[in-house]
Amino acid sequence: MKLQQLIRMASAALALFSSLTAPPVLAQAKEQFFPVLVYRTGAYATNGQQWANGYLDYLKLINAKGGINGVRISFEECETAYATDRGVECYERLKGKGGGATVFQPLSTGITFALTEKVPVDRIPLITAGYGRSESQNGAVFTWNFPLLGTYWVGADVAIQHIAKKEGGIAKLKGKKIALVYHDSPYGKEPIPILQELGKTHGFDVQLLPVAHPGVEQKATWLQIRQQKPDYVLLWGWGVMNSTALREAQSTGYPRDRMIGIWWAGAEPDVKDVAEGAKGYSALTLQHGAEPGSKVVKEILDLVYAKGQGTGPKDEVGQVLYMRGLISAMLGVEGVRKAQERYGKGKVMTGEQVRWGLENLNLDQKALDAMGFAGVMRPVQTSCLDHMGSSWVRVHTWNGSKWEFSSDWYQADEKVIRPMVMLASGKYADEKKIKPRTPEECRK
Amino acid sequence: MLYRENGQFKTSYAADQQIFAIAQDRWAILAIIVFALVGVPLLVDEYLFRAILIPFLILSLAALGVNILVGYCGQITLGAGAFMAVGAYAAYNFHIRIDGLPLLVSFLLGGCTAAAVGIVFGIPSLRVRGLYLAVATLAAQFFTDWVFLRVPWFTNNASSGSVSVANLQILSWRIETPVDKYLLCLTILVVFALLAKNMTRCAIGRQWMAIRDMDVAAEVIGIRPLFAKLSAFAVSSFFVGTAGALWGFVHLASWEPAAFSVDRSFQLLFMVIIGGLGSIMGSFFGAAFIVILPIALNQFLPAIGSVFGVSISTAGVSHAELIIFGALIIFFLIKEPHGIARMWSTGKEKLRLWPFPH
Amino acid sequence: MGFFIETLIGGLMAGMLYSLVALGFVLIFKASGVFNFAQGAMVLFAALAMARFSAWVPEWLGVDSRLLANGIAFVLSGALMFAVAWLIERLVLRHLVNQDGATLLMATLGIAYVLEGVGSSIFGSDIYKIDVGMPKEPVMILEESIEGGLLINREDFVAALIAALLVSLLWLFFQKTATGRALRAVADDHQAAQSIGIPLNRIWVIVWCVAGLVALVAGIIWGSKLGVQFSLATVALRALPVVILGGLTSIPGAIIGGLIIGVGEKLSEVYLGPFIGGGIEIWFAYQLALVFLLFRPQGLFGEKIIDRV
Repeated sequence: MKLQQLIRMASAALALFSSLTAPPVLAQAKEQFFPVLVYRTGAYATNGQQWANGYLDYLKLINAKGGINGVRISFEECETAYATDRGVECYERLKGKGGGATVFQPLSTGITFALTEKVPVDRIPLITAGYGRSESQNGAVFTWNFPLLGTYWVGADVAIQHIAKKEGGIAKLKGKKIALVYHDSPYGKEPIPILQELGKTHGFDVQLLPVAHPGVEQKATWLQIRQQKPDYVLLWGWGVMNSTALREAQSTGYPRDRMIGIWWAGAEPDVKDVAEGAKGYSALTLQHGAEPGSKVVKEILDLVYAKGQGTGPKDEVGQVLYMRGLISAMLGVEGVRKAQERYGKGKVMTGEQVRWGLENLNLDQKALDAMGFAGVMRPVQTSCLDHMGSSWVRVHTWNGSKWEFSSDWYQADEKVIRPMVMLASGKYADEKKIKPRTPEECRK
Repeated sequence: MLYRENGQFKTSYAADQQIFAIAQDRWAILAIIVFALVGVPLLVDEYLFRAILIPFLILSLAALGVNILVGYCGQITLGAGAFMAVGAYAAYNFHIRIDGLPLLVSFLLGGCTAAAVGIVFGIPSLRVRGLYLAVATLAAQFFTDWVFLRVPWFTNNASSGSVSVANLQILSWRIETPVDKYLLCLTILVVFALLAKNMTRCAIGRQWMAIRDMDVAAEVIGIRPLFAKLSAFAVSSFFVGTAGALWGFVHLASWEPAAFSVDRSFQLLFMVIIGGLGSIMGSFFGAAFIVILPIALNQFLPAIGSVFGVSISTAGVSHAELIIFGALIIFFLIKEPHGIARMWSTGKEKLRLWPFPH
Repeated sequence: MGFFIETLIGGLMAGMLYSLVALGFVLIFKASGVFNFAQGAMVLFAALAMARFSAWVPEWLGVDSRLLANGIAFVLSGALMFAVAWLIERLVLRHLVNQDGATLLMATLGIAYVLEGVGSSIFGSDIYKIDVGMPKEPVMILEESIEGGLLINREDFVAALIAALLVSLLWLFFQKTATGRALRAVADDHQAAQSIGIPLNRIWVIVWCVAGLVALVAGIIWGSKLGVQFSLATVALRALPVVILGGLTSIPGAIIGGLIIGVGEKLSEVYLGPFIGGGIEIWFAYQLALVFLLFRPQGLFGEKIIDRV
């Protein structure tokens, strides 16, 4: 009797073991592997999972439409919980899977910093759409980083432009007080140098008010704001810090229409529970806002959700962070498509080839329209030296129940940002003994 | 039958005082070290190196340090993450500010700085005890977090406050591949472990243990609590600080204070308590348990689910990981409150008598 | 002047909430010698239950009134917390009798992991709302007597009132009821209490239930202020300096400690913060507690430590 049990257990264990070690049945040769670093638990889960759902849904949509020129996409999630060491573990776990990772998008500034040191060795591009290191716009030094669509320096510059416009001209900024309420981490500290620079140029005063992770304790911060009465408050938060800031603003009576958030502080989870209390609060957008009416969202609903393959809840499709994830995925996919133009259509691209694709990305209006992104975003064109591709931003405002666009397009001032990018990336190149690529090397 | 000391006679004091008094133990440890130095690099792939072995080695070193303080000297600390941070940032500053300073020296200076800071934050231990002290050490944790975020000098004025290092080199040995990094960490760990083992066996270690068992009684028999407690803080912080430097330089290569947050402190305390308080071996068991278990759960849960035809979402896996991890901790504490090291020694006792236990 | 008073009041109110969480620590430590790190996780768990039940109850039962829905949700979550308390006693503590402090502390950390995992897999890891009708808009008072007036946050005010009410109820419970007497007896001396026939296990269940209830109230207050999400568990870290400042075994200590820490950290952040870069309140709270400890190593109201060899 015992022996029988033993044999049964052993065979079950064997079956389990073999199922773990045996490679998946599908041949992997024709699949482009997208690793997906997500956080669905932890302090920032609320925001992280919407982004992840959008990212996955877009990959599923591409598969439903027949893949990238016939190459199907395979993908695997890995949970980072927004922690750098777990992010690094995920990166190591996924980078070699499925014939090699196509592109990494960690959605965390901390993980981006750590991976920036690792991707050049493994030759995998790193897309950080709207976050990461601002100086990595300089593709000559940061060969593998792509802060597509905008960096924090772009955000800070546009926020100041927006304030200037509200005040009626850049000259009116003189003598104004602008407070920066920021997440006390590399993410929150990124905009400080450019704000101080702009403050010097235009004569306004920048007040720095750090908020410790995770940002649930802001009473003292807002008491200081009540005391100093800054003319505007810039909110550089993530996750629960944003909604807490809005609640504290409400309870100290700071006018919400004088608060401007970065694009990571301008989504539904940040405001929906504050609802009326956040009315009038504006945030920058990374080009797109909430886009439930766009063509690409309709396609996702028809081709993915109608078949019951949707990743998240259906009513969140098209919300701000969902769209952010979706666009991030689209940029990665388009990088592959572009690379296929050069290295062979219908083939699986390596990380290095995708990097070329991302570096030569040229999504014009026609291409965007065809993909269903009409009205969602503007054309993007990258180059070897400019890994950002676009620095257009608009502002949207919460009306108590939904986000509505409330400004025209702004473009970040190249004259301000470029020198800072060159300076910071030059310093990085010196420290790391990297020889910046020359234009000749770029053409290869 | 195989594992017993019958017939091994000690004829000198030196033989009696060996770390591993039994020949089988000596051979086993030697075999493990040789295997780790030679066999592992030949067998293991890059993922295991980078994601599991290197973190395991570094955190073992840190756990060793924490165990000296908590396990041998009886001062509970929740600030170990802070000393890791001090070690890492100090080593960074020595590395970039003094040209041509050898890497290992930077690491050791980082450890020394951590030791100095450890002494400062250890001073309250002369007055405050037990859980009060544990919470008080959190002051160190939050204070260093803040200092490294706020004082730009420590991060070489990096605009984002994140620092990074590259091109590590010891003499002419360039540390690039995972195997290099693994060997570096392993060597340092072996040396430090030997150091720790011997320290706990000599006078100072006995003083620590006397303080741990009852500090008033220890004082009565002539042990100076000031010296014993602060030396434990210093040695422990030195180990932890060196581990912090390795964690920053070798494992992450680019880090911010969040890499050494309060969660890290808790994690380290977990390691020594699960592994076994007051046991060098226990630090390794604890580190292995805490480093490998979550990763293993995270990878194998979906696979196990798929065997039974259930697909578990990423969120589901992470939640299940938390539950199982927590439950296992409780299980271990109930089954063996003295840690895995105790289980190990019980196992060894049984092995001695096997197969004729009576 | 007006601003100073505002900061002071803000600090006192924050301190009242810290006291509430600290109370959970003290209750359990007094009765069972367990330093319960799971208190933060219990607050999160209770708040999640409350938020979700108050959203689900109208769906299940078709109740329209918010008051009724919240009431039912409160009862349900309370029952759930009792179940959690019973399970913790049954599955964990009973097996760890007479272990030393560090082991028990680790066990509660294990409990915290389990609670966080179970909580987010049953109730989800989104951000949820608890709406118990707390007033949100601030009011201005004393405009004529102080320049600029005093801006008072009504929500904090109500929260502080509730906290004060709960604390006095607990005090009554401890001082005036038979169970309360038994609890105090256990706190004084386990063996003596047991020898006169007080069942230790039942007392532990009761004390964990009370701590669960305190966590539920704290969860509702914090949850309605901040929204219910994962970070709620971190309030425990803010309450730790309160506990050691006041003394691990003293209920008045938790309250007075809470007020001292609340006021201390707000004043430091507002008046000292700008000079040294801001964001100092969390470590300042710990340093403040440490300074007190150097003079009274057992906390302000803790039992005096007597060493015997």
